[in-house]
Amino acid sequence: MPQADGGSESVTTVRRGERGTSNRAHYRAALLGVAGIALAASAWELYKAFGPQAGVTVGQTIVLPRANDGVMPHIWQMFTEFGKPVTAGTGSQTIGGAVLAATWFTLRLAGTGWIVGVIIGFALAMLMTRSRVAEAAALPWVVVSQTVPLIAIAPLLAGWGQYLHVGSWQWGLPQSVMVISAYLAFYPMSIGALKGLTSPDVYQLELMHVYGIGWWRTFLRLRLPAAVPYLLPALRLAATMAVVGAVVGETSVDLQGGVGYLIISFQQTAGLSDAARAWPPIIGAMVDGLIAAGVVALIGVLLRRYRRGENA
Amino acid sequence: MTAVALSGVERIFRTGKGRQVVALEAIDLTVGEGEFVSLIGPSGCGKSTLLRQIADLDSPTSGTVSVFGKTARQARLDHDYGIAFQQAGLLPWRTVAANISLPLQLHGVEKATAAARVEQLLEMVGLSDFAKSFPDQLSGGMQQRVAIARALAEQPKLLLMDEPFGALDEITRERMQSELVRICQESGAAVVFVTHSIPEAVFLSDRVVVMSPRPGRIVGIVSTTPVAGVERGEAYRDDESFFHGVQEVRHLLHSGHATDGPRGEGAR
Amino acid sequence: MTSLPGQRAPVSKVTAVVAPIVLGAALIALWQLLVRAFHIHDTIVPAPSDIWHQLTEEHTLIFDTTRKTGWNALQGLVIGTVVGIVGALLAHGVRVLREMAAPIVVAVSVMPIVALGPVLYGLFGGMTDTARIVVAGIAVAIPVYLNTLRGLQQVRAVHRDLMLAYSSTPWQRTWAVTLPTATPYLFTGLRIGSSLAVISALITEYFGGPSDGLGFTINNEAKSGAFALAWAAVVGSIVLGLIFYIVTYAVERWFARHR
Repeated sequence: MPQADGGSESVTTVRRGERGTSNRAHYRAALLGVAGIALAASAWELYKAFGPQAGVTVGQTIVLPRANDGVMPHIWQMFTEFGKPVTAGTGSQTIGGAVLAATWFTLRLAGTGWIVGVIIGFALAMLMTRSRVAEAAALPWVVVSQTVPLIAIAPLLAGWGQYLHVGSWQWGLPQSVMVISAYLAFYPMSIGALKGLTSPDVYQLELMHVYGIGWWRTFLRLRLPAAVPYLLPALRLAATMAVVGAVVGETSVDLQGGVGYLIISFQQTAGLSDAARAWPPIIGAMVDGLIAAGVVALIGVLLRRYRRGENA
Repeated sequence: MTAVALSGVERIFRTGKGRQVVALEAIDLTVGEGEFVSLIGPSGCGKSTLLRQIADLDSPTSGTVSVFGKTARQARLDHDYGIAFQQAGLLPWRTVAANISLPLQLHGVEKATAAARVEQLLEMVGLSDFAKSFPDQLSGGMQQRVAIARALAEQPKLLLMDEPFGALDEITRERMQSELVRICQESGAAVVFVTHSIPEAVFLSDRVVVMSPRPGRIVGIVSTTPVAGVERGEAYRDDESFFHGVQEVRHLLHSGHATDGPRGEGAR
Repeated sequence: MTSLPGQRAPVSKVTAVVAPIVLGAALIALWQLLVRAFHIHDTIVPAPSDIWHQLTEEHTLIFDTTRKTGWNALQGLVIGTVVGIVGALLAHGVRVLREMAAPIVVAVSVMPIVALGPVLYGLFGGMTDTARIVVAGIAVAIPVYLNTLRGLQQVRAVHRDLMLAYSSTPWQRTWAVTLPTATPYLFTGLRIGSSLAVISALITEYFGGPSDGLGFTINNEAKSGAFALAWAAVVGSIVLGLIFYIVTYAVERWFARHR
């Protein structure tokens, strides 16, 4: 909002500096947020208590879920489940331990996929910024690549290991999962980076021309810093998509060790005996998503100097 | 030596389907060293296009442009001029001081020298207290002053300004004009100044170049140097010679071509 | 036409159409060539000609599975859009609701929603498509909600003042200013959502449910070694995704012109 006025000679608002009110707003947001979560949890429990055991069916289609113990656990059961052993035998790992390890496993896959996808996406955006013809040729395909569910090829990457190898190194299932993860991460990155790199206005670009500093230095001095406000949401979206890619990738290529695999295997072993069993790996997947978003938020804090333009 | 010399400059823009627009036609103009020249005219008369030829932001279809005896391109690469646009075009992630030192930094000026120069410039534009502020903390007028300081950073002998006060309110604008007069006197730079405010042109300039559109050409040049004994200060705005200059420019604007009147800015 | 080194001159209309086609054709040709030249096994990737062969051979199967997944995605898209819009209107009107929903929305927007698939198959039963529709619905509702809410909050001060000066009723304000301002944002959300609907409906099929749909077919054929057929189903999913995108885009354009 500041500086919208034609320019009276006073310093306009020093950007939401008032600490006191902002603290109060934070408390309020936190409190209401907790209340919201509590409300959602109560709704779940209420439905479980009073909802129809067999769900509600209209015609042939079930429209409201079944509330019986076999499929709908209590909220607390989702969490107590973490302490139970994975198998009945003695010395078995707890579910919590298994999910923790799997969460870390998937996070690493997603992280690698994210980095690869971000690099490719950014490089493509740079190329499109450099050349209009490249942009005209590639952009429609970049857009199409995401409107179409190319993630459908995930199961098809499972067999790559048999045929791709360089010396003793062989393409493995983790590589296939990373490809899927990177593929999903690449799109938001390329679109966001293209928007950001072309965001400087004509005055700023002409100024660089006047200074006679060439494309590369203009890129480093102007385009790259100006792109930061666009890069951060792109990075966050890419991080979320990388986690989705890793989870889905694991299930579709049958890679063991991550939360995606646990989601499937817990669901299968638990069957109808333990409805809560399905939840710990799902919570693990959520945690991965939150960590990924958190990392990007941290990057945003580090780069806050370049985000001043966001509100201007 | 002259600061700027244009002769027979013509600029034709080709739009789609073989149509063309003559933006500038037969422009001959010289600007002396230390001289303040304004370009004025209605929208579309090519005054900004003319400035862009001098700045080597665009090239003429025919004719020659020379800046301090060199080609416009060479002058640009030699950092012979400073430039300010209608919008300040500051980099939001740099402080005021860092914005002003940008050209110095890009052209490899030593850090200590640059810092001293920035301090000097901040004082000149009256923003010493805001060195560490960021552009979004400044008003429009203050931002524009930073842009002017940036344009002066390399002590150019020529200053090119494209409606630098166009987005400011009248009160701020008059104050900025007075400051610009002072700054120019201190730096001794020649100025080519694009505006569509008649009083602004008359107040600032030694000569006002009046242009008309379709095709963009010069219809006349009015000498607006204050008569002996009159200072170019606030009092000048109430002076007879000032009114006279305004009148003369307005007559010239309204004669020749009044097909597409000025957009309503300027004097009433 | 002189163009500045720092600036980007726009390309001509011909280039805008021809360039992507040339690039696409070149890539497919390269693909075909590489597969044939290096005798790449169809486990890695079959030749485009083989995929095309399967596509024509098995067109009824591909068509049926595509329609099946498309129908699920469409239901999810409609439900998700309605939920998203209604939610945004409520959240815009009642600040407490907005703030209470905030952490949940943030959490859902960064989590892999398809991971809910198995649980939803449990809740709604594994023999029906409801779980797939619900996943698609949630995936759509989030971007529609976020974008619509953002749009509702974009009303410019000058327009608000104008409406106040006309002493208009709240309903008139909503109808004349708020909704038209928010519509483009809504469509941005919808465009994101339309792709997500197809992707989500399809991926959820990997996690279980009835034995039909594109996702099931791809998974199934890949596991049984019919790679060219699996790729033909991938082509089906590409076509489905494009249809969703183009229709959403057309609706958006139509609205932009008729409001």
